[in-house]
Parts: sequence; structure tokens; C-alpha cells
Amino acid sequence: MQFTAETPATEDARQAVIAMSVRGLRAGYGALSVLQGVNLEVREKTVTAIIGPSGCGKSTLIRCLNRMHEAIPGATCEGEILLGGRNALEMDPVLLRREVGMVFQRPNPFPTMTIAQNVAAGLVLNGVRDRALIAETVEKSLRRAALWDEVKDKLNAPGVGLSGGQQQRLCIARALAVEPRVLLLDEPCSALDPIATGRIEELLIQIKDQLTVVIVTHNMQQAARVSEYTVFMLMGEMVEYGLTRKMFTQPADKRTEDYITGRFG
Amino acid sequence: MKRQFDADLEDLRGRLLRMGSLCEEMVHYAVKVVVERDEKHFAPVQSWEAQVNALHIEIDEVCLRLIALHQPAAGDLRLIAAAIKINSDLERVGDQAVNIAETGVYLLKEPSIKLGDIPRMVDVAAGMLKDSLDAFSRGDVDLAREVIKRDDEEDRLKSQTFNELVTLMQRDASAIQRGMDIILIARNLERIADHATNIAEDVIFMVIGKDIRHSIEEI
Repeated sequence: MQFTAETPATEDARQAVIAMSVRGLRAGYGALSVLQGVNLEVREKTVTAIIGPSGCGKSTLIRCLNRMHEAIPGATCEGEILLGGRNALEMDPVLLRREVGMVFQRPNPFPTMTIAQNVAAGLVLNGVRDRALIAETVEKSLRRAALWDEVKDKLNAPGVGLSGGQQQRLCIARALAVEPRVLLLDEPCSALDPIATGRIEELLIQIKDQLTVVIVTHNMQQAARVSEYTVFMLMGEMVEYGLTRKMFTQPADKRTEDYITGRFG
Repeated sequence: MKRQFDADLEDLRGRLLRMGSLCEEMVHYAVKVVVERDEKHFAPVQSWEAQVNALHIEIDEVCLRLIALHQPAAGDLRLIAAAIKINSDLERVGDQAVNIAETGVYLLKEPSIKLGDIPRMVDVAAGMLKDSLDAFSRGDVDLAREVIKRDDEEDRLKSQTFNELVTLMQRDASAIQRGMDIILIARNLERIADHATNIAEDVIFMVIGKDIRHSIEEI
């Protein structure tokens, strides 16, 4: 079976609901062109991993999905990104990011806020004042991020006092609190030890029933463990997109095989 | 980019091929015990069995180590998965050869008996084993498919041998013990052909990632 570049060939391809569609996406920085016309359909309520060597454009791609890319001076972005049929490139970026949350490589809890305030930050920013609702959302989000049991007795302690792995789960809880449809993670475990990494991976597997997850990772075993679909990018192009279990045992493209077996370069 | 892992995989391939050639020799000499009615061919079979058994354990250890240390993917993973299964098939081939040789030694105490299609069965089984190992060595999918197709011929010869021997034993009660022994030898040869078929199937999976087991139409 050969995969197409845009849509993974699967048994249930026709039934799949597409959370985000990317069509002919070109992006770069000033004169530097990074993405060379990427087409991708991200399936709803799945984990999609984006892998590829440094500089291949995977972080640029994920950052285009919630328009963080254009926050960089000189950044360029053209093409089409659809979120549930709406053109994301024409939406208010703030509203878009409410639906498409993002977690970064290094945990970045707000330094002056407590654990609870960090989780509630998005709600408060959106004008929610109902304390009961906020408390309920904080607990729910921390539970979804598999952090509640570890912090329930110190919700008023500073967020930055937590360990690196806990801080990253706090950032995930903060992103989940505003109920996004899509959660983007840009190498979320690269600064974490294997145990903290394992916790994040477990929580990704658990939350995928509730929302769509797109994760950029350098760790191919992580992509293999957590994702159902994998995108392999090279030099700004999408080389292959398919079921992870197929791609890691029977890749369709020689370049994918060379990369995932470490022969690349 | 040349990787140390490539050298490790090459070493694994080499060990499997060494085990395979030992098994080929074991089958060859085991059959000589039966056909030439000469016990001197039994000792090498026993000696090689010890080497095959040692390689069986060694290759499994190598495969587990490679998986644990390198977390292989794609073609590398398929090679190691195939190696684990081929290793097991070859060990069984070694056991079948020992069974044939032991039966041959037992037959030496009895008057000789007509071997019928046994020499033909030996040719088919030994040829399938050799070609399955060549297919593994070269990653030759066409040869592997050809090996699989030959298994029907071995099954046909085995049934023919069974029928002939049953008829003989019905006619001559004094031939029952020897007839049963030849049936056992035919059964062991047919099993060797089955293991060669398994190896060929594993080669196809290893090379193109397609699992054709239990699906005749795929061959």
C-alpha cells in the first residue's frame, strides 16, 4: 500500500473527520523559504507526530497551525489552513489560539502565578469571574494533565516551584483549561528526564479521546509510542504521511526508511 | 552513513547463515545414514546439533540485545524479527535431521527396505532449505516465492510414500516396524520442507514487509 502525501491511506479513511487541513502552505523567514507547499489533513481525536531532521520545517509547520509563526518579525506564511471549515489565517489569532492551544519545548509557567492561577489564566483572560467554575476547571484540567494528585494540596504554591516534568504538565493543564479542539506540542519532552517524559506520553494517550493532538518530536520512539499518524518532513516538504504502525515497520519512501533507521546524512 | 548497527546486523546475518549451512550438512549426513546404511555418518550430525543449539541461544540473545539497544525500525526491525523466527525454524530443522539419523541407525539393525520416494523427498526438502537460505542471504523475494510453491510437491510425495508403505505393511506384517520408521523419516523430511517454507515467508516479510503466511493467493 502506498500512502499519498496528503492523506494517510487507512481502512477508515472515508469516515475520518478532519480537524485541521493544510493546503499549499508556504512559510519562511524573510527571504528564507522553509515550507515548500505542505498539504496535510490532521484527523480529529488522534495524535499526529511530525518528525524530521533539524531544519526540516516541522516546528515552523506546527507554529503556523495556531499562527505563532507570524509573531516572528519578517515571518511569511501563505496557503490555506482550515479549522473545522474556517480559514485559520483569516481568524482573530487570539480566538484561533483558544481553539488551537500550544505547549512549548521548555515549560513556561507564568512566574508570578500560583499553580491554580496558571491553570486559570486563560479563563480569567477570557473574562470568566465565576470562582466555582474556575476552581472546577482548575481541578478538571489538572486531572486531565495527570497532575492533580501531585499538586492538590499546594494549589497556591508558585507554579515555577514544581519539577520540570510537573511544570510541563502544568502548561498542558493551562492549555487544556480553555477546552481547545487541537493541542500542539513542540518537542514537549526534550528538556525532561525519561520518567517525566513517560508521564507526558501517558497523558497524551489518555487525552486523545477528547481532542486532537499534534506533536513535533525529535524522539522517533516517542512518535512511535504515542501517535497514530506520523508525518515525515524533509527540507520543507512532507515526504510521507501515514499510520505510525505502518511507517515504523514498512515505510513507503526510502528517505523515510533512512531517517527512522538512523542512516540519514 | 555507515552505522555500527549495520555491522551488528551483518554479524547477525552471518550467524544465521552459518547455522543454516550447519543444518544443511546435518540433513545431508542424516540422510546418508539411511540411504547408505552406514552409522559413521551419525557422529557428525550429533556434533553439529550441539553447535546449532548453541547458535540458537546465541542468535536469540543477539536479537534481543539489538532490539533493546537500538530500538530498530522499518527494514532493520523486519530483519531482526525475521531472524528470530528463522532461528527457531533452523533449530527445528536440526532436530528433524537428528530424528532422521537416529531412525536410520535403528534401521541398520533390520533388513533393508525399499525407500520408494524418500530420495526424491530428500532432494526437494534439501533444495528448498538451501534456496530459502539463499533467498535470505540475497534478499531474493522471487526465489522465496518459488521455494513456497515447491512445498506442495513435498506434501504430495509424503502422501504417496505413506500410501505405498501402508500397502506394503498390510501385505507383509514383518515390514511393519521398518515401514513405520520410513514413514517417520518421510514425516521429518516433510517438516524440513515446511520449515524452509516458513523461512521463505519470513524472507518476503523481511524484504517487502508483506506477511503472506496463510494466504495462498498472495504467493
